[in-house]
Amino acid sequence: MNAETAIALGLALPLGGALLIAACHRVPNLREAAGLLTAAALFLCVVSLLPAVLAGERPRLSLLEPLPGIALQFQVEPFGLLFGLVASALWIVSSVYSIGYMRGNNEAHQTRFYVCFALALASTIGVAFAGNLLTLLFFYEALTFATYPLVTHHGDEEARRGGRTYLAVLLFTSTVFLFPAVVWTWLAAGTLDFVPGGVLAGKLSGTAATALLALFMFGIGKAALMPFHRWLPAAMVAPAPVSALLHAVAVVKAGVFAVVKIAVFTFGLDASGASFDWLMYVAGFTILSASVVALRSDNLKRRLAYSTVSQLSYIVLAVAVLAPLSLSGAALHLAAHAFGKITLFFAAGAIYTTAHKTEVSQLDGIGRSMPWTMAAFGIASLSMIGLPPTAGMLSKWYMVSGAYELRQWFPLVIIVLSTLLNAAYFLPIVYRAFLKDRGHDGPPHGEAHWTMLSALGLTALLTVAMFFAGDLPLALAAEFARR
Amino acid sequence: MIEQHLPALQVVVPLISAPAIILVRRHHLAWGIATLASWAALAMAVAIAIRVAETGTISYAIGSWPPPWGIEYRVDALNAFVLVLVSLVGALVMPYARVSIAAELPEEQEYLFFAMYCLCLAGLLGIAITGDAFNLFVFLEISSLSTYVLIALGRRRQALTAAYQYLVMGTIGATFYVIGVGLLYLMTGTLNMADMAERLAGVREFRPLIAALAFVTVGVGLKLALFPLHQWLPNAYTHAPSVVTAFLAATATKVSIYVLIRFHLSIFARAPALGEVPFREILMVLSILAIVSMSLVALFQDDLKRMLAYSSVAQIGYITLGLSLANASGLTAAATHLFNHGMTKGALFLLVGILALRCAGTRLSQLSGIASRMPLTSFGFMLAGLSLIGVPGTAGFITKWYLVRGSVERGSWWLAALVVATSLIALGYVWRFVEVAYLREPHAELPRAGEAPLWMMVPAWLLVAGCVYFGLETSFNVGYVGDAVKLLLRQGGA
Repeated sequence: MNAETAIALGLALPLGGALLIAACHRVPNLREAAGLLTAAALFLCVVSLLPAVLAGERPRLSLLEPLPGIALQFQVEPFGLLFGLVASALWIVSSVYSIGYMRGNNEAHQTRFYVCFALALASTIGVAFAGNLLTLLFFYEALTFATYPLVTHHGDEEARRGGRTYLAVLLFTSTVFLFPAVVWTWLAAGTLDFVPGGVLAGKLSGTAATALLALFMFGIGKAALMPFHRWLPAAMVAPAPVSALLHAVAVVKAGVFAVVKIAVFTFGLDASGASFDWLMYVAGFTILSASVVALRSDNLKRRLAYSTVSQLSYIVLAVAVLAPLSLSGAALHLAAHAFGKITLFFAAGAIYTTAHKTEVSQLDGIGRSMPWTMAAFGIASLSMIGLPPTAGMLSKWYMVSGAYELRQWFPLVIIVLSTLLNAAYFLPIVYRAFLKDRGHDGPPHGEAHWTMLSALGLTALLTVAMFFAGDLPLALAAEFARR
Repeated sequence: MIEQHLPALQVVVPLISAPAIILVRRHHLAWGIATLASWAALAMAVAIAIRVAETGTISYAIGSWPPPWGIEYRVDALNAFVLVLVSLVGALVMPYARVSIAAELPEEQEYLFFAMYCLCLAGLLGIAITGDAFNLFVFLEISSLSTYVLIALGRRRQALTAAYQYLVMGTIGATFYVIGVGLLYLMTGTLNMADMAERLAGVREFRPLIAALAFVTVGVGLKLALFPLHQWLPNAYTHAPSVVTAFLAATATKVSIYVLIRFHLSIFARAPALGEVPFREILMVLSILAIVSMSLVALFQDDLKRMLAYSSVAQIGYITLGLSLANASGLTAAATHLFNHGMTKGALFLLVGILALRCAGTRLSQLSGIASRMPLTSFGFMLAGLSLIGVPGTAGFITKWYLVRGSVERGSWWLAALVVATSLIALGYVWRFVEVAYLREPHAELPRAGEAPLWMMVPAWLLVAGCVYFGLETSFNVGYVGDAVKLLLRQGGA
């Protein structure tokens, strides 16, 4: 299979999978099998692109030309491939998990759920492989609309309200900031292609370039820079698999992925003359304040959501530092945070399904009835804090080294402070679960269904494995930072 | 041989179909003739458009009287584009009309609808194709008079008031137009548009010319529902039979905008008089008012038809805003939006017609949970709604791109901000439907019947597909339009 076909398949497989899932709506077992098969096929398809990209090739594919001179165009580079790999691999895991979760909670509209999931993945792959800004914008918006039915899955007043916030914030930012920024880039640079070194060098004055950068950074609402982060906690009304794969991996990562991609391949970092200092402060503020909110949230999913807001800004911060090492760190953190956070959400969903508990204060002693789940939760928490032997340590190491190399003290202080905060809101949960006495509420229960348990076990293992055997992500991150 | 006479046949075929229908009267036969005429008109429009692309402007002398003395039909890229839009929508609504009209009108009145529809089609095509300012007036009246009847055919009694209201406004508009043309004839001694354009360049007495332009603009402005001359439109669109609303929304206002473009950018292109009036500034202010106020009004409508009607006035504002930008991007936005919005609104009104046929009414409260009974209709409405908002991948996005681009090129950042911000209001009213349809419990009075017949679904969905197709494959609605815009700008620059 040549690379062009692989790119086309990467987009077509989840779309075809969506049709297949819809066609099998009468036979749930067949439907779920179709979903799993699609996910596996997509993963293999993305993997098949690895050798070529590691060898330095950048496979391309052009489709239509909606605007004269601007095609829908795809190009696979190491960072995009890393994102595609993470998303497609975790889709398999979360498909397994979804089976247990959706059936365990007797959710309605399961076919619609799986169809939208597949569409969301197709959009994610489109974002990962986008070869120019227009293509990125297309799939970025498609992702918003594909995930809306998932956010509002329950269809009650709370879901409607959450969905409204979700759409309003994401579309407001992308329409009012991102879209004009793309038009402006086209007028200034005459191209929207992603090119190493950027396309804006010498095209705009320093002030204008900084303004454009601000339009982009706030325009990408999915990266949840404050003050445009409210959609993420609002999205937590969705069923747990959605929060896990989409609002810890696909959607939010599409946001920070776009941030990194645009900063590197459109701006060429400081080659454009744009100032990145302010971005560092905004990201730093987001990291700390989101952590404080997380610390004060009793609702488990809400705490995880704010933790995501904070962790996303690590990546933005790492880009704003402008050091190659921290850029590697940013790429690695995309993968590391994905593995860790999906585990946490899986665990939260498992707790909800078996024990019907949603608040942190209800989790006293739950580690005794659900030891495996809470062990996985503990491992993932370590990764969030950045402690060995987990992936989070790896990425944080690179980010810190990059900042230290340039003697940038502000990001260092932020990282240290937020590490303390991370520990302060994750460790008490683990402590409660294992060391406190079990509360008296609710009937006794055991672990969740094996589909859910195996999924969250696997992602916890991945978090550890990436620490010990992270050659592949490291290679891709290094190749990306080398440019 | 027959190829040469295509420009004449383009109008003549639908025109003679009308009396033919009156003669046969049988409703099935009437439908057959009207359908045949519509599809023939589409074939001819496409053939003409291809020929224009290959050989450039076509001139056809009616009755072989050479222009500027005889009536000339003159087709360049711009009106070829409008011809395709009008005849395409006309051809697509015919299968829909077969079921929809049968449901809304008594059988013995059906032939009247088809006859009037053919007249209206002939009138609109005539306006688009003619190169003679007075001949245009004749076609304007043919289309207007038939439109009054079409609206009055609506089932409810309010349709009569709506038609009467439109009749008054439309007559004023047509009168203003003919006064303007009279003044122009007085000053130039010609009615042929191309000839008039040349002669106007030499006329030094500005006052009558400015008066003429003002009369023509206001007259046409009434027909195209230029804010604040739009009062007739919401009632007319709400109470007319569904298929009439869809057809008119997609074609009638668009053709009038074409006339506005023709007068300002080619007939008056080289007239020094144009520099004396701040026409573009006035148009821009009115467009902005239309976009903002009408979008907000649409947001608070409870009836889907009314919501879409107000949205139409706002969307016309985007077209005239593009015109007022007066640069290549702005004009491209305006011209492409004629087509894009025609597709989008046509699709939306056809789908609302389906809802009206199946449900108790088209108020949002009557439609809750409709997606579970009519999934295809609801999904189509949402897709076309995305095009109305201008989401990437839909035809509406193409317009938005050029509008924002044109604004930024002029350095009008606030205008770009206005365009993108107001598109979010469209998100608001489209999403009101989406929430009601998908996220509410099914209404107690919802019918069990399910989707409408294929005769209605297929045309509606073809237009929905068009909303997406023309957002991705734009060689027609951007490429062809690009030629038209280049031609217009050349006329102005020469």
